[in-house]
Amino acid sequence: MSIAILEYGAGNAASVERAFQRLGAATRRAAAPADLACARAIVLPGVGHFGALARALRDTGLLAALQTALDRQVPYLGICLGMQALYESSLEAPEERGLGVFRGSVVPLPADVKLPHMGWNQLRTVAGSRLLRGLSPESYFYFAHSYAVVAPGGEAAAFCSYGREFAAAVEQGSRFGVQFHPEKSGAAGAQVLRNFLECVG
Amino acid sequence: MTLARRIIVCLDTDGERVVKGVEFRGLRDAGDPAELAARYNREGADELVVLDIAASRDHRPTFLQTIERVAAQLALPLTAGGGIRSADDGRAVLRAGADKLTVNTAAVRRPELLTEMAAEFGAQAVVLAIDARSPGGGAGGWEVYVRGGHDPTSLDAVRWAQQGVASGAGEILLTSIDRDGTRSGFDCELTRAVAAAVSVPVIASGGADSPAHFHEVFTVAGADAALAAGIFHEGSCSIPAVKRYLKERGVAVRVEE
Repeated sequence: MSIAILEYGAGNAASVERAFQRLGAATRRAAAPADLACARAIVLPGVGHFGALARALRDTGLLAALQTALDRQVPYLGICLGMQALYESSLEAPEERGLGVFRGSVVPLPADVKLPHMGWNQLRTVAGSRLLRGLSPESYFYFAHSYAVVAPGGEAAAFCSYGREFAAAVEQGSRFGVQFHPEKSGAAGAQVLRNFLECVG
Repeated sequence: MTLARRIIVCLDTDGERVVKGVEFRGLRDAGDPAELAARYNREGADELVVLDIAASRDHRPTFLQTIERVAAQLALPLTAGGGIRSADDGRAVLRAGADKLTVNTAAVRRPELLTEMAAEFGAQAVVLAIDARSPGGGAGGWEVYVRGGHDPTSLDAVRWAQQGVASGAGEILLTSIDRDGTRSGFDCELTRAVAAAVSVPVIASGGADSPAHFHEVFTVAGADAALAAGIFHEGSCSIPAVKRYLKERGVAVRVEE
C-alpha cells in the first residue's frame, strides 16, 4: 500500500513525492477517483487558488472519492491549500465549498503586512501535537500564502504569527493539515512528514 | 516568532551548465547545477533560483531537464526563469519542479501576462524580475533594462515594480546592473526605493561580496531576501558564515539545529 499524492493540475506533486521517497515511503500519483480506493494515506499538496482547487477536484470526480476516503478514516495530510480545503469555505472563492471536515472559513491575512506571507517562519506548537513531535520551537518552516485559518477550533496543533495569529498545523484523529510546506522546509519539514508516517502506521 | 530574512543562491545557467559573468558579460563555466544545488541544500540556503540566461528557444527542453535535476536535490523552494514568454512556458517550468517562476522581458512587453499567470498559478508563484541601472547613481531614478540587461526601456524601476504588483506579481527580484559582479555591495538606494513602494517581498540582487553587505541590505534597505551567486560558488563567502554574522547582529535568519 502506498501514499496517494493527489494530482489535480496546479499542485506540484513531484516535490512532495520526493520528500516522502527520501523517508522510504512508497508513493503514487493519484489523478483519478480509482487511485484513492486502496491508498494507505492521502496527501493533497495544494498550491494556487482555492476556487481552482475546488473546481478541479469536482470536475475530476476526486472530491467524492476523497470524501469517501475521509469517511473511512483513511489518513489525510493537506499541505497549504490542501489544509485550507479541510474547512467549509474560503473567502478566496466564496462560491465554492471545501471538504467541511473542520468548521469555519479561510480568510485573507491582514493587508498591513507584505503579502504573500513568503519565507521561513517559526511556530508555537500546542502541547501534545503528534505532527510536530520532536521539533524545537527554534525550527523554521517555509510558508507561501495570503489566506489562512485564523479561528481554528480544537483541531489547532500549531500557530504562526504574521500580521495576526493563524493556524499553522491542524490535526484531529486521522486528519492532518499544515499551512507551511514540509517538503520545502529542510530537515524540520522532513521530521513533520516522518511524524505523519508514524501516525499512518 | 519573526519571518526570517532569506539568503538565496542563484544558479545562472546557459541552460545546462552554471556560468558566471561580470555585468552580464564574459561568461565562464562555474559547475554542474545539480551538484551545486545539493551543496546549497546542505549548507543552509533558504531558496535557490535557477536562470537560463541564454534563453534561446532551441534549448528549452535542456533547461527544463536542468530544473528537474536541480529540484530533485532540494528540500527548499526553487524559482526558475529566463525566457518565459507565456503562461504555457510558465506551466512547463512549474511542472518541471519549480515552485515559482520569474518573468522579465515578456512582462515589460505585455504586463497582462503577470495577471494571467497569477490567476492560474497564484501570485505566490509569480516573481517579477527587474534589471535596473542608474547612470546618475540613483539621482534621477533607475531605468528598467530587458533582454538580459541589454535594452533600455525608459520605464522607471520603482513605478514598474508597483505596476507589476498591481498586475499580479507576488514578489520582486530586483537586480542592480550597476552592481552585478562588481562585489561592491548591494544597491541599497535602489532596493530601499522599491521595497518601500510595493506591498510584496523584495529580493535584492547584484554586488554581494561579504556578510556585511547582506546585513546592510536587510537593515538599511529593508530587503526581505538577498541573492548572490559567484561568491558562494567560488567559496569566498559561505552561507553559514553569512547567517552567523546576521544572527549575531540580531537579524532573524534560519539556522538548522
